[in-house]
Amino acid sequence: MDAILLQILNGLDKGGAYALIALGLTLVFGTLGVVNFAHGALFMMGAFCAVAFNKLLTLQSVTIDPSQTTPWGSPMEVRQPYVEAWLGESGKFLVDYSVPASILLAIPVMLIVGIAMERGLIRHFYKRPHSEQILVTFGLAIVIQEIIKHYFGANPIPQPAPAAFRGTAAVGEMIGLGQGLPYPWWRLIYLAFSLSIIGAVFAFLRFTTYGMVVRAGMRDRETVGLLGINIERRFTVVFGIAAVVAGVAGVMYTPILPPDYHIGMEFLVLSFVVVVVGGMGSLGGAVLAGFLLGILQSFASMNEVKAIIPGIDQIIIYLVAVVVLLTLPRGLMGRAGVMEE
Amino acid sequence: MALNLSKQDWLLFLGFALVVLTMPITLQPLGAAYPALMQKFCIFGIFALGFNILFGLTGYLSFGHAAFIGIGSYAAVWMFKLLTMNALPAIFFSMIVAGLVAVVIGYVALRRSGIYFSILTLAFAQMFYNLAYSVLTPLTNGETGLQLTLNDPRMLDNMAGAATGGLPRVELFGIGLSGGGYAGFYFCAVILILCFFFAIKIFRSPFGLMLRALKSNQNRMRYTGFNNRPYLLAAFVISGVYAGLAGSLMAVTDPLAGAERMQWTASGEVVLMTILGGAGTLVGPILGAAVIKYFENIFSAFNEQTLHRIFDFLPDSIENPLVSVLSLFVGEGWHLTLGVIFVLIVIFLPGGIMEGFRRLSGLFNRGGGGGKPAVASHPQPAE
Repeated sequence: MDAILLQILNGLDKGGAYALIALGLTLVFGTLGVVNFAHGALFMMGAFCAVAFNKLLTLQSVTIDPSQTTPWGSPMEVRQPYVEAWLGESGKFLVDYSVPASILLAIPVMLIVGIAMERGLIRHFYKRPHSEQILVTFGLAIVIQEIIKHYFGANPIPQPAPAAFRGTAAVGEMIGLGQGLPYPWWRLIYLAFSLSIIGAVFAFLRFTTYGMVVRAGMRDRETVGLLGINIERRFTVVFGIAAVVAGVAGVMYTPILPPDYHIGMEFLVLSFVVVVVGGMGSLGGAVLAGFLLGILQSFASMNEVKAIIPGIDQIIIYLVAVVVLLTLPRGLMGRAGVMEE
Repeated sequence: MALNLSKQDWLLFLGFALVVLTMPITLQPLGAAYPALMQKFCIFGIFALGFNILFGLTGYLSFGHAAFIGIGSYAAVWMFKLLTMNALPAIFFSMIVAGLVAVVIGYVALRRSGIYFSILTLAFAQMFYNLAYSVLTPLTNGETGLQLTLNDPRMLDNMAGAATGGLPRVELFGIGLSGGGYAGFYFCAVILILCFFFAIKIFRSPFGLMLRALKSNQNRMRYTGFNNRPYLLAAFVISGVYAGLAGSLMAVTDPLAGAERMQWTASGEVVLMTILGGAGTLVGPILGAAVIKYFENIFSAFNEQTLHRIFDFLPDSIENPLVSVLSLFVGEGWHLTLGVIFVLIVIFLPGGIMEGFRRLSGLFNRGGGGGKPAVASHPQPAE
């Protein structure tokens, strides 16, 4: 029972990341009709916002303190982050919470990047065939990756979670099962975070006038345009929002998986599978498929399952994708007439 | 097979063969005339040529073609290990295996089109890639890669009593092919020329015409009473066999097979080559493959020192910033150059280099009308 609960938690966790990326992909596809292969790169950029913010906060002064010596007899170097020198205790707190705090940096950065990307490049590809959209965004993803690699190096850069969330939580007691069922705090936070972001995006689309217009535009952009609404500008904003969602998903994922420059591509491939399984253009489908595939993947990596079907953990997602695509041509929740033939 | 090519096609074919075979001389000034690099031109040329038969003719964008490269390599190395170091059986075996796998993948993936087809092929390729590291390790030797060892059975060779000390080399009736010699290059070159010949035949055949028709309007084809599926499957299998052949040639020139050849970035690379050269044209993809491999070689050899040496004549205040900007694009960062070129090509020249040629020649003789033939008559595989 414990093992199963643990796997469900694991799966929800991983599924949260898939769902967030897939949500952005679907949003972009549903509004702009563009297949964006650079979406993983946006996730990666978000993760590196966290890295950059952390680096910025831990810029430190090095002074030589003659009154102290190291055990080897040489004068002791005292390193102190500037932030701590200036802000004292609250500076320390800020350094500790650098990962969640960098969301504040990531939101404007990703919004600007997203809007620049849409205005500068993707705008010109609305009418081009999907294969050309795939190709140009794929090229763009390579460019972003290589620039990041040039400045941050090729190795993964671990980011610590805030000290308060580093340990494990006794999930079992929380839900009244009595036993321990220890689970890392940060992963629980990530799950809650991804759920709230998903909820926020859905609420934005469902309960605001802005979101209503965007949804109307997804159905029929021409009619909405004829009503005198500048739908193009709204779609640009939606692209920005999708970029922000991918970016903050990347920021919060850094303590779980140290980011390197190709982390985005790995997630992108899986997220595309998620989008297709969920049904192109269906937001609910993307989220559902994200969590579903996440859970399936973590169940497949249980030793008991691997003993029956060796190697299943490596291929389960792709296998499910093949089966779903062949039996449900529109994915789990796809609408009719979206990307058929 | 009847050799009834038109006069123009014969010229194209002979010109192509001439250019390929004289590469060791013509590439001297470019500094690319060493066998190991020219081999790569040929091998990736074959890969791109085959990919183009699928993508260029039918418009089906496969994102999983690298799987066939990997399968071809593994099959070839197994042939070396089990039977003989002669290259020919290995090549045939690889083509057969890759073809069989292509039948299976194609049968499933071709039930869908558009982005769904891309995702399905990608899914299959990723499955092969992941399995090569886990369950299939007895066949693939996991991360180490499949290598020749001293105590391989090599049944045919041992029957002939050709046991020697040390690891044997891949050979073709006594001529050593592996290790980056000219023999290896000419072997690959001849196979590339043969592949090119088959590609011309396919492009000019009713079958090729049918594939193009499928690209422009599948429904109309269906209404006229054609069953599309077998044609698509045939194109998929042919391109899979080409990729398997390319993979086996990789194993011939360097008898080692690793799963990283199957990674999806490798599939992306062949798409890139095809687009860069010009999808749907005959020589374009080969040209694209050669250009990419050439620049990979040149650019990744550059580093900051070489750049400083090149821009030595400039005053320091200009030289240093210039070098620091350019160093982004060379050495380790040559992928960035590749990405930028790629984006620019897709934006401004979706037809690739071949369309660039056509536009240029269109500029020079405007009077001749816009109806240029789809294939330029000057194939230059390594411009």
